[in-house]
Amino acid sequence: MTPTRVLIDRSGLDALIATLAAQGYRVLGPTLGRDAIVLGDVAGTDDLPVGWTDEQEAGHYRLRRRDDAALFGYVLGPHSFKRFLYPPRQRLWSVSRGSGPDLEVRAEPHDDRPLAFLGVRPCEIAAMRIQERVLTGGEFPDPSYADRYGRAFVVAVQCTEPGGTCFCASMRTGPRAGTDCDLALTELLGPDRHDLLVEVRTPRGEQIVAGLPAREATDADVATANEALARAEASMGRSLDTEGIVELLERNIESPAWGKVADRCLACANCTSVCPTCFCTTVEDTTDLTGQHAERWRRWDSCFNRDFSFIAGSLIRHSTRSRYRQWMTHKLSAWHRQFGTSGCVGCGRCITWCPVGIDITHEVDSIRNHERSASTFHTVGGRYR
Amino acid sequence: MSNDATNHFVPVAAELLDVIVETPTIRTFVLRPARPLRFRAGQFVQLELPGLGEAPFTPSSSPQEPERIEITVLRTGLVTDALHRLEPGARLGLRGPFGRGYPVRRFPGQDVLVVGGGVGLAPLRSLLHHLFADPQSARRVSIQYGARSPAELCFRRQYDDWARRDRVTFRATIDRPHDDWDGHVGLVTTLLDDLDLDPATTYAVSCGPEVMLKFVAWKLRDIGFPAERIYLSMNRSMSCGMGLCGRCNIGPYYLCKDGPDLCYADIEDIPYALG
Repeated sequence: MTPTRVLIDRSGLDALIATLAAQGYRVLGPTLGRDAIVLGDVAGTDDLPVGWTDEQEAGHYRLRRRDDAALFGYVLGPHSFKRFLYPPRQRLWSVSRGSGPDLEVRAEPHDDRPLAFLGVRPCEIAAMRIQERVLTGGEFPDPSYADRYGRAFVVAVQCTEPGGTCFCASMRTGPRAGTDCDLALTELLGPDRHDLLVEVRTPRGEQIVAGLPAREATDADVATANEALARAEASMGRSLDTEGIVELLERNIESPAWGKVADRCLACANCTSVCPTCFCTTVEDTTDLTGQHAERWRRWDSCFNRDFSFIAGSLIRHSTRSRYRQWMTHKLSAWHRQFGTSGCVGCGRCITWCPVGIDITHEVDSIRNHERSASTFHTVGGRYR
Repeated sequence: MSNDATNHFVPVAAELLDVIVETPTIRTFVLRPARPLRFRAGQFVQLELPGLGEAPFTPSSSPQEPERIEITVLRTGLVTDALHRLEPGARLGLRGPFGRGYPVRRFPGQDVLVVGGGVGLAPLRSLLHHLFADPQSARRVSIQYGARSPAELCFRRQYDDWARRDRVTFRATIDRPHDDWDGHVGLVTTLLDDLDLDPATTYAVSCGPEVMLKFVAWKLRDIGFPAERIYLSMNRSMSCGMGLCGRCNIGPYYLCKDGPDLCYADIEDIPYALG
């Protein structure tokens, strides 16, 4: 039997990518875009941003050269794997008028090729599980998400060097990968070594690993990986205080903090575009010029867009204040009531990609602080449900 | 249209059998879906005009007639304008049913107060069909309905039939005095001043413009209704119908799957829930 832990080197990773491709998977992973690391097709390790890292802070992202040849020496770019499981634009069905009066509707078929995701960070895995719950856990499962996620092969990379806006440790989604992946890699990079520790998490992962050029991993290798992960856990760029957060936000729906953040917020929707769990969409119908053919498309939308709260003659959220509040209270509070988890995984993308550097971890603190200072005089807020 | 019945994004074809003119701005569309569309009173469907879009409506017909769905529509926007131009024979699409429907399981042994405004009487009519069909479904039914003018009274041809029934009270009002009207004048809330109902054993269900819902809810609270016994039809911001698009999120609810009729006790403290 294949051991559940092996070591591979860069050529082993190339073999892993080739094996997945040979089995029919479309392999997707981090690649070097013009000014950011973006997700794309990966045919081999040459396609990875080898020797690059990303410097991230609130409203700040820069690519930098590393002084080593790390394969995964960066954290997250603006893309999440959401864009493949739940594409930004997706046709839902099309309809044609035949010769008679009847309409012929065709549901969009499922993809031919299953997807394999390489270099998936633990927070991303948590995000996939959250989206799975939201999109397929109810009475009306989204058939396309269920199909894509159900068939996807997930190769995680555990995080040994967290980024400046990362706070997965406080959201309990990282830096270690749980069981919701097929393989979990940890890059072991030192002056005299460059290996990847591969931990097998599923039978299908085991099957793939069995064919790779690999060495047995020693207890010392595993200990090295664990030390690196423990260091990462202790060196997160940020943390979000989740203590009593569901009720905190419900109590503080009229907090002055919302007005303050709204003064800075541009309502640009960057945060929702980069968020790996945001799932709001709208639909558009299109026709061709003959009027004989029409299609229904679904595309990502955002609660920051004014029109998103408009249907049938009324707008529910007029102000930026009400829209920021909708986003954050939904993500950190109502999400728990609806789906039993937080909607935030601590990836930090909304902080990095906010043009004015609004930081969700600071905004939670700000609400706590306002409540604390207000309660000196009187009780604020009302019952929320 | 033949499709996987488990893919609720995809509409089922429906033939437009008849168009009934209710008022100058309201028409009822009688549809025959390609397969029976079983719904509970208060559940809604998405009515699709291929190439134009879809809009959510609660059928106004009886839940016991899933082969013949009536949808009563006020002309108010892109989709509804196009709908009003359709003639029998047109082909449309239907998705659904979605939502929980009215809490009819709570009604047996209780009185039911139905408060409608304008085209808001349409969804309530499916509830009336349900209540009229089975004497055990509720004790008494009190219908209080308001429209802006006599010409805008929806389903006027049926009022006499409703009012004649045992256990049923029907009253209508118009907003302002009019030559063609010798009935009650005033907003629908003025009808609620002298109800012969005990709030402790009555459920109130209301559908109408949002501003009306707000005042109806306040009025009902004033006359002693507990918030737990008031249900408001939030037939408003639904898009996918399945709790997947996020559009109709209010607090911890999605109007489409947790409503569209929400208990007032659940929303009275949510800011902007009622505009």
